[in-house]
Amino acid sequence: MPAPTGITRATLLKDLRLEWRSKDAINSMLFFSLLVVVVFSFSFDPNAEESRHIAGGLIWVAFLFAAVVALNQTWAREIRNQVLDAYRVSPAPANSLFVAKALGNFIFVTVLEALMTPLFIAFYQLRALGPAWQLLVVALLGTWALVVNGTFFAAMSLRTRSREIMLPLLLFPISIPAILAMVQATTSILNGEGARFWIVLLVTYDLVFTTVCLLLFETVLNAE
Amino acid sequence: MNKAFPIFGVLTAILLSYALYMALVGAPTEQTMGDVQRIFYYHVPSAWTAFILFTINFVASIVYLARRNPKADMVALVSAEVGVVFCTIVLVTGPIWARPVWGIWWTWDMRLTSTLVLWLIYLSYLMLRRYSASGQTPLLAAALAVLGALCVPFVYFSIWFFRTQHPQPVMGGGGSIDPRMLHVLLINWLAFSCFAFLVCWSRYRLEKIQRDVEEAQAMESLMEDPGSRR
Amino acid sequence: MTETAPVISVSNLIKQFGRFAALRGVTADFSGGRLYAILGDNGAGKTTLLRTLAGLNHPTRGEFTVLGQKKFQDICHQVGYMAHPSLLYDEMSGLENLTYFARLYGISDDSRCADVIRSVGLDPELVRPVGQYSQGMRQRMSLARALLHDPKILLLDEPFSNVDIHSATEMVRLLARTRDQGKTIFVVTHQPSLLEGAADEFVWMQSGQIIGRTRELKPPEGAH
Repeated sequence: MPAPTGITRATLLKDLRLEWRSKDAINSMLFFSLLVVVVFSFSFDPNAEESRHIAGGLIWVAFLFAAVVALNQTWAREIRNQVLDAYRVSPAPANSLFVAKALGNFIFVTVLEALMTPLFIAFYQLRALGPAWQLLVVALLGTWALVVNGTFFAAMSLRTRSREIMLPLLLFPISIPAILAMVQATTSILNGEGARFWIVLLVTYDLVFTTVCLLLFETVLNAE
Repeated sequence: MNKAFPIFGVLTAILLSYALYMALVGAPTEQTMGDVQRIFYYHVPSAWTAFILFTINFVASIVYLARRNPKADMVALVSAEVGVVFCTIVLVTGPIWARPVWGIWWTWDMRLTSTLVLWLIYLSYLMLRRYSASGQTPLLAAALAVLGALCVPFVYFSIWFFRTQHPQPVMGGGGSIDPRMLHVLLINWLAFSCFAFLVCWSRYRLEKIQRDVEEAQAMESLMEDPGSRR
Repeated sequence: MTETAPVISVSNLIKQFGRFAALRGVTADFSGGRLYAILGDNGAGKTTLLRTLAGLNHPTRGEFTVLGQKKFQDICHQVGYMAHPSLLYDEMSGLENLTYFARLYGISDDSRCADVIRSVGLDPELVRPVGQYSQGMRQRMSLARALLHDPKILLLDEPFSNVDIHSATEMVRLLARTRDQGKTIFVVTHQPSLLEGAADEFVWMQSGQIIGRTRELKPPEGAH
């Protein structure tokens, strides 16, 4: 029996290699979130003080939409030539695939955030009044919350008609508490207020949903 | 079973009429809000009924995941559908009440907001059931129902904390409720629950018949002469 | 026939997709070490039968055992499956593809991958991504993927489609050799003449049922 972690690593490396060759996901994500930044800054035309209050929302909405692009891409790759069937007929456990996909998406979205954040700071003249390192914690926790559910629902929407539209319809309602927590935590930190409650909420959310997704993924993968 | 349904239907109708009478005439008029407060007898029982139905949906989905029993799936489907209807009533009657009392249609108050999010979650559940192409719809839907239900406490806590940070309209006196009002409220709740049960029952029978027909058609296509298919 | 217990035993297998019945009561035993050609028109249920045996479809009714096991997880490392689509990642080379799939089966010896590629008559050194292969090369690489973990049972869906006659004959010879090593092979095909002389038995399917099994390439009574 193959070791689950070995399969996760092999799958993750394979996904990173595929992405490195095609750059499908990262290119469309980058361009998409760039557009969101520009369009938002025209629509709101904020000064520095206002920016501090709305930036948390803007950043996360941009990343959320961009993440959907990446999430759709990861499974689209497995559907082409029906490669997913090759995984399903193998003895490899379903959760290895799930963890690999979630980690892969986590890396893609984190790279995107690392590239886009400087742009946000420049465009909106942001300067945190609170401890900026906490923003990093919020970003990592929040990104995981998005991708763990996103990976799960993207796999689920594979089994539906018009799957690319289905993903946000399934993902957004359930992500509302996480999004609220990310946005509020970011805004609080930018304005020099405490964000402890939100960080604790995000940690709990991540733990609960990671566990449940792992419990249910095999069922979803093996549905026809 | 066949007789029980009309009998229960008549009983529910009587109960609903009595509840309506009590809500519109029997209950005392609220001092500050006036008659508009009476919508409260529909708003609150609908909300409670919706929450009960969503709980049933959660339990039925878990049963389905564990046992793969099609009956559990039908219960889950029916309770989600009717639950969404009652949740919609809550979301519609809320603003109708809020407008004259608070002077605004909508406020991002904790209860309103979490009900709205709940409504969105169960709407996405119904969307999944509708757009799912495979014969495995029940499994996918059950998985989503579990995730959706687990999300509810998070919705509640996040919005609770979010809202306590912000100013909001004053929510009436906040004092104790008149016992007569409570009485009417409970009668209405009972009537609404019976009504919801009646609708679920009838919807369940419809779903059952629909599935039986599909099964019969599938059997028929199995039986027909293979040569005549083209 | 005096063989031991059948390798695959199917009893009254029914598979319905909504109202459409793809398999309508297939009952058959297949013994080991043989090469079966499954023939029939489009929509006869050949692919559905193969996918069900590969554990990708769940039968509506009826059951089957593979190597005496009912649960697919117990025998999946003994089954090799080749589908109509290639089940390969277009952006990676053949060797990279097979190295990844080898991990899924817990094979860590990479020389095995090169050997399998050589055995289907391709060059493991080829760096070209699979997406740029000719159809014939892709089919052979796909066969290599199915052979990778040295399964006892091979389920091949249209392995010769769009393969030139020379390569196809070459593949048939490979399959016959594999059969002679004691493997059981099922080939769904529209070109039965290729398998004449190589196949041990021709299985004729029509409208979701097996209507006959012949030693020679000659349709059974009642077929049309």
